[in-house]
Amino acid sequence: MEYVALQLFNGLVNGAFYALLSLGLAVIFGVLRVVNFAHGALYMLGAFAAYLLLQDFGVGFWVALIVAPIGIGIAGMVLERLLIRRLYGLDPLYNFLLTFGLTLMIQDGVRLRYGLQGQPYPAPAELAGSVSAGLVAYPTYRLFVIAFSIVVCVAVWYVIERTRLGMIVRAATERPELTRALGINVDRWVTPVFGFGVALAALGGVLAAPMRNVSPLMGSELIIFAFAVVVIGGMGSIAGAVVAGFLVGVLASLAAIFNPALENVIAFALMAVVLLVRPAGLFGSLEARS
Amino acid sequence: MPRTSGKPTPSPALEVDGLSARYGEAQALREVTLHVAQGELVTLVGRNGAGKTTLLRCVMGLHRESSGSIRLNGREISGLAAHERARAGLGYVPDDRGIFATLAVEENLTLPPIVANTRWPLARIYETFPVLRERRAHAGTKLSGGEQQMLSIARALRTGAGVLLLDEPTEGLAPVLVQRVAAMLQEAKREGTTVLLVEQNLRFATTVADRHYLLAQGQIVEALANQEVIARESELLRHLGV
Ligand SMILES: Nc1ncnc2c1ncn2[C@@H]1O[C@H](COP(=O)(O)OP(=O)(O)OP(=O)(O)O)[C@@H](O)[C@H]1O
Ligand SMILES: [Mg+2]
Repeated sequence: MEYVALQLFNGLVNGAFYALLSLGLAVIFGVLRVVNFAHGALYMLGAFAAYLLLQDFGVGFWVALIVAPIGIGIAGMVLERLLIRRLYGLDPLYNFLLTFGLTLMIQDGVRLRYGLQGQPYPAPAELAGSVSAGLVAYPTYRLFVIAFSIVVCVAVWYVIERTRLGMIVRAATERPELTRALGINVDRWVTPVFGFGVALAALGGVLAAPMRNVSPLMGSELIIFAFAVVVIGGMGSIAGAVVAGFLVGVLASLAAIFNPALENVIAFALMAVVLLVRPAGLFGSLEARS
Repeated sequence: MPRTSGKPTPSPALEVDGLSARYGEAQALREVTLHVAQGELVTLVGRNGAGKTTLLRCVMGLHRESSGSIRLNGREISGLAAHERARAGLGYVPDDRGIFATLAVEENLTLPPIVANTRWPLARIYETFPVLRERRAHAGTKLSGGEQQMLSIARALRTGAGVLLLDEPTEGLAPVLVQRVAAMLQEAKREGTTVLLVEQNLRFATTVADRHYLLAQGQIVEALANQEVIARESELLRHLGV
C-alpha cells in the first residue's frame, strides 16, 4: 500500500514534466503548426542554465526558476525569427529536419563543453528533506514540483480560456485563415507563442535540475514521452496536453508496480489505443482541424 | 474613410477590376470586373462552381493565386493582408458560417476588432437575438445552423465594417430564418452598409438586392437590374440549374 502511494506521487512528478513539455508543444503546434523536435534540447538548456547560473554566478534556484525560462524563451523567439519562420508553408518534413538538427547541435554543443557526465544540482535549502504525505514520507522538493507545475498549468489554462489573448490563440489554432479574415494579425502572435512554449520547456528543465543529473541528453528521452502525450491529448489541445501528461505519468508509475518493464511501454500502448479509438486524441474532437 | 453624404459618391464602396484567380492549373476567375456603390446591396448569382466563393475570398485576401485590382472606398487593397483588409472595413460571412467551436458564443461575437463606429453593439445584438444572450457562454457550434448564421452576420455587423461580403447566408435555412436574414440585411442597408451577397436563392435575391451580377465559369456574363431578374426568373433558374 505504501509502495502504491509512493508510486502515485512518482507518477505525478513524472506527469508534471510531461504536462509542462507537452503544454508547450501543444501551444506551439496549435498556432505555428510546427512540431518542435528541439523541445527536449531546450528543456535540457533550462536545466543547464540553472546549473551555470549557480556555478559561474552563484545565482540560486529561485532566481534561476524565473531567469532561465525568460532567457531561453527569448532565445527561442530569435530561433523562430531566424530559422523556423522560413519554413512556414513548406512540407512539415523540413521543420522536422530543422528542429531535429537543432536538437543535435544544441546537445553536442553542450557536450563539447561539459561532457556527457551528469552534473549534480542541489535542491534549494527551503525544500530539503521530506514531509509525511499520508501513508509515506515524500521528498519536499518533489511535492513542490507537483504543486508548482499544477499552478503553472492552471495559470496557462486561465490565460488561454479566459483572456482575449487566449481567445486569439484558440481562434488561430482552430482556423488561422478565418481568424485573419476577421481582422486579427495572427502573425504578430507567432513569435511570442513560440517563445512562451520554449520558456515552459526551460521551466521544466530548471525544475528537473535538482532531481535529475544535468546532462546533455536528459531531454532526449523525455521528449519522446512528451510527443506521445501530445498525441494522446489531441494535437494542439491545451487541456488535453495537461490531462494526458498527468494521466500518462500516473498510469506508467502504477503499471510499474506490477512489472517495472511496463513503465516505459504504457505511454505508447495508450497512444496506440487512443489513435485506434479516438484518432483526434482525448480532447481533439472538440477542435475542428483545418 | 469619411462617408460622403449628399454629394455624389466619387468612387464606389467596392470596385473589383480585372480580377483573375486560379487553383494551380485551373482558372477559377477570368478578368472579373464589378462594383458596388456606397449603400448598395448587390448579389452575385451563378451555378455551383462558377467561382462565387473564390471571388469573395480574393476580395478578402484569402486566395493567393490571384491578380487584378480591388479598391475599397477608392483605396487599393489588393496588396494588403487579410487582417488589414478587415480593418480597412471589410466584413466577411463565409459560406460555412465560420463559427469557432473553441470559442463561446460571446467570444465568437467579440473576436473581430471594431473597425468603425458600430450601430450593432453587443447589447443591440442580444436584444435582437435573445438566444445569443442565453447561450453566450456555450460553444459557438452548439447553436443550431440558423442561430450560427445569425451569429456570423451579427459578428460582421458588430465590427462596423462598411462593406459586407456574405457567402450564401440563406443556404440550408428554414423559410422563417431566411426572412430574418432578409430583415437583417435590409436593416443594415438602411443604415448605409454596402453589401455584396452571394446567393443561389433568386427569390431571396430579388427581395433584398438592388442589382445582380451573373457569374458563369469564372466570368461575369451579365449585369442585371432587379426587374430583369424577376422578368426572366424561369430562364435564370434553368441557367443556375436549380
Ligand atoms: N481548393 C480548391 N482547389 C482546387 N479547385 C478549387 C478549389 N476550390 C474551388 N475550386 C474550383 O474553383 C471553381 C470555383 O469554385 P467556387 O467554390 O468559387 O465556386 P462557387 O461558385 O462558390 O460554387 P458553390 O455554389 O458550389 O459554392 C470550381 O470549379 C471549383 O471546383
Ligand atoms: Mg461557394
